[in-house]
Amino acid sequence: MSIIESATVDNGVNVEALLGAREALTAAPPAGQFVFSATNEWISGTHSRTTVDRFFGLGTEQAHRQPYSVETDHPEIFAAADNGPTPPEMMLMGLAGCLTAGVASVAQNRGIQLRSVKATVEGNLDIAGILGIDPEVRNGYSGITVRYEIDADASREEIQAVVAQSQKRSAVYDVITNPTGVVVEVA
Amino acid sequence: MNAARTTEVVVIGGGQAGLAMSRCLADRSVDHVVLERGEVANSWTTERWDSLRLLTPNWMSRLPGFTYQGKDPDGYMTAGEVAAHLECYRQSFDAPVRTGVTVTRIVSGESHDDGHRVETTDGPWDAEAVVMATGACSNPHVPAIAADLPDHIEQITPIAYRNPSGVADGRVLVVGASASGLQIADELTRAGRDVVLAVGDHVRLPRTYRGMDIHWWMDVVGLLDERYDEVEDLARARRLPSLQLVGSPERRTLGLDTVQEHGVQLVGRLVGRSGDRAQFSGSLANYCTSADLKQGRLLDQLDEYAAEHGLDTELGPADRPAPTPLGPPVLDMDLRDVGTIVWATGFRPQYPWLDEAHLDARGRLIHDGGVLSVPGMYVLGLPFMRRRKSSFIDGVGPDAVELADHLLAHLHRMATLRPA
Repeated sequence: MSIIESATVDNGVNVEALLGAREALTAAPPAGQFVFSATNEWISGTHSRTTVDRFFGLGTEQAHRQPYSVETDHPEIFAAADNGPTPPEMMLMGLAGCLTAGVASVAQNRGIQLRSVKATVEGNLDIAGILGIDPEVRNGYSGITVRYEIDADASREEIQAVVAQSQKRSAVYDVITNPTGVVVEVA
Repeated sequence: MNAARTTEVVVIGGGQAGLAMSRCLADRSVDHVVLERGEVANSWTTERWDSLRLLTPNWMSRLPGFTYQGKDPDGYMTAGEVAAHLECYRQSFDAPVRTGVTVTRIVSGESHDDGHRVETTDGPWDAEAVVMATGACSNPHVPAIAADLPDHIEQITPIAYRNPSGVADGRVLVVGASASGLQIADELTRAGRDVVLAVGDHVRLPRTYRGMDIHWWMDVVGLLDERYDEVEDLARARRLPSLQLVGSPERRTLGLDTVQEHGVQLVGRLVGRSGDRAQFSGSLANYCTSADLKQGRLLDQLDEYAAEHGLDTELGPADRPAPTPLGPPVLDMDLRDVGTIVWATGFRPQYPWLDEAHLDARGRLIHDGGVLSVPGMYVLGLPFMRRRKSSFIDGVGPDAVELADHLLAHLHRMATLRPA
């Protein structure tokens, strides 16, 4: 996108930095190898606390400005204490956060001024799977829909294209729509 | 061991690109030879399926000093007709083609005059310049997952496919929905075969729009002449999947919607295998939406051109293709039902005779608009090499003219450096 357009459009995304990073990493791919991590500690019942603080990237250990914690739990209708969102809901939160970050970045890169962006995410989940009632039913979501309401300085097609491009470059969308290996070990 | 023969330029490949360059060199009185591993238009006669036709209308087969000679300029030549067209071209200027000669190695800078030694199955050539014109489709690209699939499945690429009767019994999984994959899936389903098509990134467009062929449009609005140094994201433009088109006498549109109507089951990209089950991505809807939006932008551009040039009264209505209707996503499939997989997952050019120094970290040739960094080495025919139509028959000509001029300047420079 031309620099002139981005100067008058401000969605709060530093596109120049992102494009600079793209160039730098194209020249030195190993720096792009990141490792994200979280630590989880059980509290009681289905209630536990997960914290993110450190990560690895650009060739060295990195850290957030401060540690961030989220407590997750099951709801009362599951005979639990409802001390926080359920882990499956956390996945929907991750998806929404990732896609919306992408919408802002793509809009910035394309010189589109956003005024408001709202996403509603829904995941269909049949608990017969996780309760082990029916082996034909999967444990996870059978389908997820995301509905965006976007007010921006752009045509409907341009906005749709921004949302489409956000999916193309979304880490969480990729993890959810494609298989990902998970290895769980016990010390 | 044969003694090295000497010439000014060795052209590798006797297809449209090699012959176009040969014509340009002849026009500039440059001594040269064209080395072809098979017969002229080898790929067209040995590596294409029976029903294959050009995607581009016949009038778009212009080559330097030569145009389409047949009676159906708006039709689409078969592979055999293309081969005949190219053989006529070769004869029209008596191109110096040596057939049955395979290049094995190129060594640069070691022979006298800092030229290039081209080693072949027919002995070596010493030349001041080399033009590689072997096309962009030498090597079918097969994803790594292919090695992880059950042995009972026959795996082929479009280069090996000829017709439906040559395909083993059972369900066929076609992976890749660009021109090759779509055409093969279409042909198989019309022959009554059970076909599943795995769809990723694709470029959708109608065969005709407002009554005119889509290539006529892209030519007239200047899209095909867009230059490599003018486009915003060249790497992306060069990676664009081949257009979802077919050449047919009925000028029919080929798309996910049409093949689905004829019984092909659409699924997302093939992304994994779990036991007996193939896993497909849940991103099909986004790829289809993206392709529809891109098509819309192209057709908007065409409508703008028509309005600006006062063509609206002559052209038909601006009817837009409807989005492809998609059912609930199919995310996996039993591989025990699959008899054949067709990997229509793209092609890479290959240069087995070339030093790795000419290739980047991903094995791609390093060049600037077809000019390699080693003086006197050139390539032709790659996607968007110098212009959007660089890999089309109609595109090699303008590229060959420009590279021939560059090459001529190189020869003159070499001549002035040579001791008297």
